[in-house]
Amino acid sequence: MAPLTAVRRDTESAWDVHRVRADFPILTREVRGTPLVYLDNAATAQKPRAVIEAITHYYETGNANVHRGVHALSQEATTEYERVRELAARFFNVSPGEIIFTAGTTAGLNLVAQSYGGSVLRPGDEILVSEMEHHSNLVPWQLLAERTGAVVRMIPIMDSGGLDLGAFERLLGPRTRIVAVTHASNVIGAINPINAIAAMAHEAGAVVVVDGAQSAPHLRVDLRAIDCDFFACSGHKLYGPTGIGLLYGKRALLEAMPPWQGGGGMISEVQIERSTYAPPPERFEAGTPPIAEVVGLGAAIDYVLAWDWEALVAYEQGLVAEATRQLGEVPGLRILGEGADRVSVLSFVLDGIHPHDAGTVLDTLGIAVRAGHHCAQPLMRRFGVPATIRASFGAYNTPREVEQLIAGLYQVRKVLA
Amino acid sequence: MGELDELYQSVILDHNRAPRNFRKLEDANRHAEGRNPLCGDQFDIWLKLEGDVIAEATFLGQGCAISKASASMMTQAVKGKTVEEARSLFEKFHGVIAAGEPEKLPSKLEVFRGVRAFPIRVKCATLSWHAMKKALDG
Repeated sequence: MAPLTAVRRDTESAWDVHRVRADFPILTREVRGTPLVYLDNAATAQKPRAVIEAITHYYETGNANVHRGVHALSQEATTEYERVRELAARFFNVSPGEIIFTAGTTAGLNLVAQSYGGSVLRPGDEILVSEMEHHSNLVPWQLLAERTGAVVRMIPIMDSGGLDLGAFERLLGPRTRIVAVTHASNVIGAINPINAIAAMAHEAGAVVVVDGAQSAPHLRVDLRAIDCDFFACSGHKLYGPTGIGLLYGKRALLEAMPPWQGGGGMISEVQIERSTYAPPPERFEAGTPPIAEVVGLGAAIDYVLAWDWEALVAYEQGLVAEATRQLGEVPGLRILGEGADRVSVLSFVLDGIHPHDAGTVLDTLGIAVRAGHHCAQPLMRRFGVPATIRASFGAYNTPREVEQLIAGLYQVRKVLA
Repeated sequence: MGELDELYQSVILDHNRAPRNFRKLEDANRHAEGRNPLCGDQFDIWLKLEGDVIAEATFLGQGCAISKASASMMTQAVKGKTVEEARSLFEKFHGVIAAGEPEKLPSKLEVFRGVRAFPIRVKCATLSWHAMKKALDG
């Protein structure tokens, strides 16, 4: 194996990966008799002890439903619930009244499509989506188009993996109402120039909906600076629990939007024939929310807010650069969209070997990667592959694990030769 | 590595590299598609029935080594069989691979028993068999 570059030493000194690893209990477990090498962070990240303990603590000492409770437990739960909203707002540099708790990125994007999109789109209006979207930022817009008579059009990507901004500019027109793009690709990791995209879309009079599922865990996201109109992300990819996500929406837009789901908690006054609705964000949080998950997310955001993000980003960039370099030396291996600036997510294919077979061999070595189409079939078609192997790195992954992945790929070749 | 060797036996790797009956059957009178939307594996199966006998069986498509080798060996296994025999072979194969029944399989198909150690890969082995049955059902 080639010696590691200086990148490794520099980033290691600024980011104490071993201290971070010690916070994640699962990283000590073994899989098939060898220590776990978890490289499936783009699917879901592992949870630090602080998150696990916060959820347990909540159930053991504070479990109650939020809002309208006159008893102590309910008041405590409500206080914590709203504290997490404030924390999330601080994390993204927006106001608490612009943060809606959802079940995850998918739920957030569906909320925007159905509530905002459903109320503004007319037949012939256009929704622009990129070729690299996850199905969750594509199918909701297709459903909306079917319902409203709007048209979904595609912003192509280049061979490098970057969005074709020239094509985007040409697609923008008087009928463009919504531009729905991902901040970072869940397959090739490509980071889209979201500030420029938002500015161009706004110039054309369109609103910008950003899928932030893959950027929130890897970049310090400042939503005020980006100036997008909506941004959805998931708690579980940000080291928090599953079942909870965040949707940011500009206050003025949220106030004009009709409810998404009806039920308790989202009303102002209810009569048999009609009701009036609570202001945002409550308007969009019908029913008992996932309170324990909100508590867990709060612990996750507390945890990551204590990080030196500059060091983290440099460290992850060092890991992915090193992985890119070493993967490039594996015979018959092709990285998809190699030219793009990316978060620490990489997709590649091996000549003559199906990704699922590679994934199974790596699994026997304790290495967890994802193999498949990653819910991005249009992107698979763009690169002419049915599936890829995806390795995605988080705050606790090490240069040693990159080497283990590479060694594992040589083993894949050997077994399947 | 024992389980891995069981899974990727040389006969499976051989059928993956050089799948048999890997072509469209122009004069087929039965056809079905097998698709696993979760992983994207996709195969077309063509059968030519002469009376009650499967005179020809072919396939085309893409998938992992397990699914491709299984499709290749399935076409070999059902060729020359009656419809009833092919159905019964499907039941047997499915029973062993998917449900873990202890029955014996025809010796060539025994190589797929190793898939049992990798539950997520069971569908790879049975995909083309389901498609074959669907083709028979019309």
